[in-house]
Amino acid sequence: MTANIAALAYLISSVLFILALRGLSNPETSRRGNILGMIGMTLAVITTLVGPGVLSYAEIVIALAIGGTIGLVIAFRIQMTAMPQLIAAFHSLVGLAAVLVAAAAFYNPAAYGIVDALGHLEGASRIEMAIGVVIGAITFSGSIVAFAKLQGLVSGNPVVFSGQHYLNLLIGLIIAALVVLFVLTPTPVLFWAVALLSFLVGFLIIIPIGGADMPVVVSMLNSYSGWAAAATGFTLENTALIITGALVGSSGAILSYIMCKGMNRSLFNVILGGFGGDSASAAGGARVDRPYKSGSAEDAAFIMKNAGKVIIVPGYGMAVSQAQHSLREMADALKKQGVEVSYAVHPVAGRMPGHMNVLLAEANVPYDEVFELEEINSAFQSTDVAFVIGANDVTNPAARDDPKSPIYGMPILEVDKAQTVLFVKRSMASGYAGIDNELFYKDNTMMLLSDAKKMVEGIVKAL
Amino acid sequence: MEHLAAIDPFIFRLSIFALAVFVGYYVVWNVTPALHTPLLSVTNAISSVIIVGALIATGPAGMSPSKIFGTIAVALAAVNIFGGFAVTQRMLGMYKKKQKK
Repeated sequence: MTANIAALAYLISSVLFILALRGLSNPETSRRGNILGMIGMTLAVITTLVGPGVLSYAEIVIALAIGGTIGLVIAFRIQMTAMPQLIAAFHSLVGLAAVLVAAAAFYNPAAYGIVDALGHLEGASRIEMAIGVVIGAITFSGSIVAFAKLQGLVSGNPVVFSGQHYLNLLIGLIIAALVVLFVLTPTPVLFWAVALLSFLVGFLIIIPIGGADMPVVVSMLNSYSGWAAAATGFTLENTALIITGALVGSSGAILSYIMCKGMNRSLFNVILGGFGGDSASAAGGARVDRPYKSGSAEDAAFIMKNAGKVIIVPGYGMAVSQAQHSLREMADALKKQGVEVSYAVHPVAGRMPGHMNVLLAEANVPYDEVFELEEINSAFQSTDVAFVIGANDVTNPAARDDPKSPIYGMPILEVDKAQTVLFVKRSMASGYAGIDNELFYKDNTMMLLSDAKKMVEGIVKAL
Repeated sequence: MEHLAAIDPFIFRLSIFALAVFVGYYVVWNVTPALHTPLLSVTNAISSVIIVGALIATGPAGMSPSKIFGTIAVALAAVNIFGGFAVTQRMLGMYKKKQKK
């Protein structure tokens, strides 16, 4: 009977989690949704704690206190620009927790009621456990690599070597063979061999992926962490875990899809990797020195002051130089002069989905001034000034016009249709794709070559 | 007609799983792109419901390998749960509408 009540409580938790995600359809309802999520989690934890299996609470309280304190301190201290790293770090913890829970279930299956008549681990549970371990371990080590790249601990450049994919394939096959052996005779050696090799694979599949593909990687690992939780749910026969895992898994998959579409690349292509480092230099191709117009902060201030409509296009460069606050001051100053200001955000701007939106929100930019690609693209032709700050490839007209360009077909923000384009950039170097941007050399483009934050501060002063 | 007891409970769980994937699919497509980062952090927090598995492992009295793994997993999941929900709430608090003048 108590088992039924527990199952119902887990069901309510799952419904609350669905409502938490549902709330995110609108910033207005999102906070309430998040609180429903917290209630769902509390309910799930309490249901488990009052269950028959939990007899000693000391270790649990200590572990919760330590983990909870660390989590809260990080959550309140973290800078918004460091969110991609934080998300990656959180994913790694879910992955590791999944592996540890599987290990716990392996050493004490009776606690979870998954033993057969002879007291051995059930056959079906062995399969589910092995799958959970593989996905969990890949999530863990893959996220560690993503974290290290995003945090700048290692270079964001892709690490490629010959035979890389064959090596991954070989290890994958060995893992599959070990899983089969594990299902036949579940020994600790096989369990840990599967875990270790999966750690290795997770590491190997993320190292060839470049820094600029991180939005896809972060989404993909989000999805993996969900599938890992779902697989654990099957092992432990817990519906809350199965449902939540499925929700998170499909959520991450959708985000990966949106990110890939934003770059016009297939997920397969991204996973194969080798594309896009932090500052990839144009490989080989002769770079001709072409004339371009450059201007000062005063010039930019003058142009924008006299404009009727300005659209700001932020990119990763804005995040790097922490220019979002000065940018909002600039927008305020312009609005005071009667200029209409809005923001255009490309789906893959930054290092994770929605990165720019969070930074702008942090700088108190109202969310109804920030528009997505499809919403705003047609507005550029009636815009006086497009102010591009720290974005590059997502504005490159070659993606639209030049079928030979490696980024051809990628949806772009059509800033070139604006009367004037102001382009804030550190130097004339090319973007991550290593492609020259035709936009720099157009007559109506003025390059503002400086650190993004310094330039914007200069403009604010001049206004 | 066969009575229900003949159905493997695994099939029930698989049904729940498949339906939940669809629920996730439709709910997440409705999430506004502006909130994709909070979506990542909140899915992080809720996938740490894996803590229920860790709690069961930590629960029994007396020391065992299973209990050690469970305890570590409880701590890791707690980092995610508290950190994930708190950082989501903090981010969502930043999204403000234009002030009417």
